[in-house]
Amino acid sequence: MVEVSGLERVFSRPKSLLPVVTHYCPGCGHGITHRLVAEVIDELGIRERTVGVAPVGCAVLLYKYLDVDMYEAAHGRAPAIATGCKRVHPDLVVFTYQGDGDFAAIGTAESVHAAVRGERITTIFINNAIYGMTGGQMAPTTLVGQKTTTTPMGRMVERAGYPIRMSEMLATLDGAAYIARVAVSSAKYVVQAKRAIRRAFETQLKGLGYSMVEVLSHCPTDWHMTPLDATLWVEETMMKVFPLGEFKVPKELV
Amino acid sequence: MEKKFMNGNEAIAEAAVQAGCRYFFGYPITPQNEIPEYMSKRMPEVGGVYLQAESEVAAIYMVFGAAGAGGRVMTSSSSPGISLKQEGISYIAAAELPCLIVNIMRGGPGLGGIQPSQSDYFQATKGGGHGDYHLLVLAPSTVQEAVELTMDAFDLADKYRNPVMLLGDGYIGQMMEPVVFEKKPSPILPAKDWTITGAKGRKANLVKTLNLDPVILEQHNLKIQHKLQEMARNEVRVEHYLTDDAEVIIAAYGTVARIAKTAIQILRKKGVRAGLIRPITLYPFPYKAFEDIASRVKKILVAEMSLGQMVEDVKLGVCGRAHVRFYGRTGGMVPSYEELVMETERLVKEAL
Ligand SMILES: Cc1ncc(C[n+]2csc(CCOP(=O)(O)OP(=O)(O)O)c2C)c(N)n1
Ligand code: SF4
Repeated sequence: MVEVSGLERVFSRPKSLLPVVTHYCPGCGHGITHRLVAEVIDELGIRERTVGVAPVGCAVLLYKYLDVDMYEAAHGRAPAIATGCKRVHPDLVVFTYQGDGDFAAIGTAESVHAAVRGERITTIFINNAIYGMTGGQMAPTTLVGQKTTTTPMGRMVERAGYPIRMSEMLATLDGAAYIARVAVSSAKYVVQAKRAIRRAFETQLKGLGYSMVEVLSHCPTDWHMTPLDATLWVEETMMKVFPLGEFKVPKELV
Repeated sequence: MEKKFMNGNEAIAEAAVQAGCRYFFGYPITPQNEIPEYMSKRMPEVGGVYLQAESEVAAIYMVFGAAGAGGRVMTSSSSPGISLKQEGISYIAAAELPCLIVNIMRGGPGLGGIQPSQSDYFQATKGGGHGDYHLLVLAPSTVQEAVELTMDAFDLADKYRNPVMLLGDGYIGQMMEPVVFEKKPSPILPAKDWTITGAKGRKANLVKTLNLDPVILEQHNLKIQHKLQEMARNEVRVEHYLTDDAEVIIAAYGTVARIAKTAIQILRKKGVRAGLIRPITLYPFPYKAFEDIASRVKKILVAEMSLGQMVEDVKLGVCGRAHVRFYGRTGGMVPSYEELVMETERLVKEAL
């Protein structure tokens, strides 16, 4: 790379993010979120003591992109694995990165009880209202009326119930210290998302309890939309059902 | 050495602590509740961690996390709970994580009952979860032996980077017997440089089970198989009791082997030269002991608290060179020594 002398470098790849091409579809929200996590790890100076737990889902290969010690979990079990690790090494910073099928369907018990215990771990929860990896089936967060490969006429409440709001649900638990819902659909939201991810990690660093950031993430491929339409769908449709905001903030961070 | 009078479950828990186990994750189920209860009191005393998980599924993945982080870790449960753990056990075997899983078996299938049973033999020795793997399976028949095998289990798990199961029936867990705790010095164990400790001054470590490339997955599975073959060469344990002059053999493990010993004493008083072969490692199975005995003893009675599971391995060992008869009780019923005497006498009298 040509260095132009006299100019200050204002943008570069976070050190915790490995210089490789990801396997994500063009326009996918996972890549943006990976980068935010890496930036926060760099800024907090915790790369050498951070441990990630990858899910089963589109982000299963997360360990190829982040330069930290990692586990790859079974579907839904990341919070239990993170718990086992954190209990052995309380000084490490342990986070799980999970999709909605992983975190809010097959792994609901592990998710809820990590929060119940106030486990000092952080979850980055990717809510894309769909099962990405398996080809676009209904997720627990699929919106009413949303078409997926297993709700071909749209999600009907009488057959398939309603979308689950994990942030609101977990915020009721005393062990949950920081809970926020963000989006990565445009620059404004990306900035907010990064702030929330940073606060979630800070909550863990201060030993205040469980922290979780729900990221409304676009999946143009399985939503059958252009990347631009997908980001608009997040903002115009998803946010109505999943309002953004901080649902719980520990007083130590205020 | 001081002798302590303890029930099997508590003795297993204390043995684990004395063997350096510092992390316990479990979920209550009868008849093994004394293990988590004991650990909830004992772990804090030694600076360890006791955690009651929300399910056996969560508990086994906490074991995954702790073993991956380099901790000496165990979980315990009984049959229905062990069924729930099977997914995690498969992942633990795939990721080659050392740990101890205790199964104090009760009668199944389904919720079954809470009385002793040996009907999880297949599940324990033949896989249980999905994929090509095996656990190293240790089957004590006394509380003292449960203590010794528990202590050895952690070293064996570390030596082979493979999960180990202690397989006892409800009696082993509930019975009270005098025990001595004496930890053998550990052998030199491989360095745990692969564990998750934070990538400080080294390349990042990864604990995973996904291998999308079949060439790599085959290599990985062959590596696991190679370890299992090495175990089969080095770790087989079996007890021979009065087999030298035997005309008939009873094959049994765990509590049934103790009942068989009483039956054998009665049979010998009656003039029947009976002996016992008791597998202590159920995996790797002592096939050779049965292969050898079949060259001189032509009648073998396999007795189990199941409808016939270990009998299949005995038959594999014998390979058609002796007559193998099965006698079992199920659902929590325990064969009496009278029943074993009668079955053995019948087998002896039978013309082949
Ligand atoms: C026990 C088990 N059941 C099912 C699967 C198949 N599976 C893999 S990923 C997945 C869902 C992925 O959706 P999500 O968690 O929302 O993540 P995304 O791919 O959308 O990021 C399923 C059902 C599996 N791997 N393991
Ligand atoms: S399927 Fe959706 S979530 Fe998965 S990589 Fe593609 S866009 Fe991203």
